[in-house]
Amino acid sequence: MAFLELKNVGKHFGTTEVLRDIDLSIEQGEFVAIVGFSGSGKTTLISLIAGLLQPDEGTITLNDLEISAPGPDRGIVFQNYSLLPWLTAFENVLLAVEQAFPNWSAAKKRQHTEKYLALVNLSPARDRKPGELSGGMKQRVAVARALALEPQILLLDEPLSALDALTRATLQEEISRIREETRKTVVLITNDPDEGIYLADRIIPLTAGPGATLGPSFRVDIPHPRDRKSINHHAQFKTMRRGIGDFLLGSRREHHQFATRKLILPQIEPEDLSLPRPMGRRRPVRPKEIQRELIELE
Amino acid sequence: MSHFLELFNLTKVYATPSGPTVIVKDFNLRIKRGEFVCLIGHSGCGKSTVLSMIAGLNELSGGGMILAGRELVGPGPDRGVVFQSPCLLPWLTAFENVMLGVDQVFHPAPKPERRQIAEYYLSVVGLAHAMHKKPAELSQGMRQRVGIARAFALSPRMLLLDEPFGMLDSLTRMELQQVLIELWRRDQKTALMVTHDVDEALFLSDRIVMMTNGPEAEVGAILEVNFPRPRERGAVLEHPDYYKLREYLIDFLEVRAHKKNLVTHHPPVEPRPAAAASVLVNSN
Repeated sequence: MAFLELKNVGKHFGTTEVLRDIDLSIEQGEFVAIVGFSGSGKTTLISLIAGLLQPDEGTITLNDLEISAPGPDRGIVFQNYSLLPWLTAFENVLLAVEQAFPNWSAAKKRQHTEKYLALVNLSPARDRKPGELSGGMKQRVAVARALALEPQILLLDEPLSALDALTRATLQEEISRIREETRKTVVLITNDPDEGIYLADRIIPLTAGPGATLGPSFRVDIPHPRDRKSINHHAQFKTMRRGIGDFLLGSRREHHQFATRKLILPQIEPEDLSLPRPMGRRRPVRPKEIQRELIELE
Repeated sequence: MSHFLELFNLTKVYATPSGPTVIVKDFNLRIKRGEFVCLIGHSGCGKSTVLSMIAGLNELSGGGMILAGRELVGPGPDRGVVFQSPCLLPWLTAFENVMLGVDQVFHPAPKPERRQIAEYYLSVVGLAHAMHKKPAELSQGMRQRVGIARAFALSPRMLLLDEPFGMLDSLTRMELQQVLIELWRRDQKTALMVTHDVDEALFLSDRIVMMTNGPEAEVGAILEVNFPRPRERGAVLEHPDYYKLREYLIDFLEVRAHKKNLVTHHPPVEPRPAAAASVLVNSN
């Protein structure tokens, strides 16, 4: 039995089927990226694993125990950070530590909190409130909070989608480093195939919804830490980039409806609006009326 | 050969409390009719400033611009602009948003024909079923499709695209790149697009203009991209030169965009007649 196991999981909201026939096995220490379009059900999938939602069909087990409610054995990082705005970075993390380890001494709790703020390189900003932190720094607090629970598995729900390209690249490197240091089992949800290829051991596309399901896995054998530039020369990087994109764009096209319709595009020249409009009605200028003819000049 | 769009010594200076700051300095570029050119550079390097000057939305501090033999002064419907956020009027439907410009530019045409123009472009961008919805009822990708239809519907001489897919997720972006390139081919437009996405630039462009970091941003180098057209995403990714060019561009953005390192670069592909790419170094 795999570490995290989803068997035949399905979920619908009302009459809309969101997920169907989800089978997923993740080994301990594995980093899996699930890639799909916005709105295809990725967040629903991670909420099921987190225990925030219950599946309508199938079972989800972590370490052979069925998941039925949220718990500190699963650390979650959300796209919108979800920090308490009236607490400092330190207090946000400490709050989680106090919940997860109520029997520890106050000193140990504080020391534990410091350790994880240091891991995400945020010690200098520990006393700032979320409003005084950039998006990237807020997401670092959220990562520290999730890891401070010492969870068995880390669930990342599009953690970098709200960040600009440069910050995103920096945090991808941080996630890669933290993962190497902690060897945690990670499930990353993303809409960026390149992010998955850069970080994960295995990439699984989620087809376009409604009724989304997982596609074939792509195993990434490129050794860590991965270099963004030299990765360009890796044969596997090239085939995977094409393969994942083609699979996902194809799954979306299957949902499209096609119709043949007669469209008419009138051939009319655009008017020069910088000229004053002539009084009265005028006929539109059509290209066939503009004819170039050879004329004789005296 | 004469050029369709010519930019001479385009310069933009902003007054600041600590004196004037030169954002763009002596920017020169010529674009042929029917060409697709991408401007690539870091955020804040001044690439959007160049585009908004061509659009007539930002005054020049120096230099001049000629489009199809006429000097450009101020904005006009001869340049169709697609912005990063589609800028649709929220109280009008997608169709009404497109009609707003069509009614102006084709004012002598009878109403049924003006409607046909809007319906045609909304249909070919994939909104045949949703053209009478308001922006709030559309996904972000669909709104940007309206933005593209609106620009093409005016039959502009030239298209100016300012990071049009920057706010979309990477998969939706791939879909819309295909929509854009097909419409561009169909209408044989001349296009200038600002982007910082290397894959997007390689897939769409005939030439990629790399800008150095501002202030005083200028053309760093120009990369010719000769992948065969019509282009299909998978085939372009399989092209033997694709990843060489990709690495070259990423490298430019990481290192050479800083002007002091500009002199050290060399072409990613040996220049040969059938090569998919060659590099022209800015002669300035």
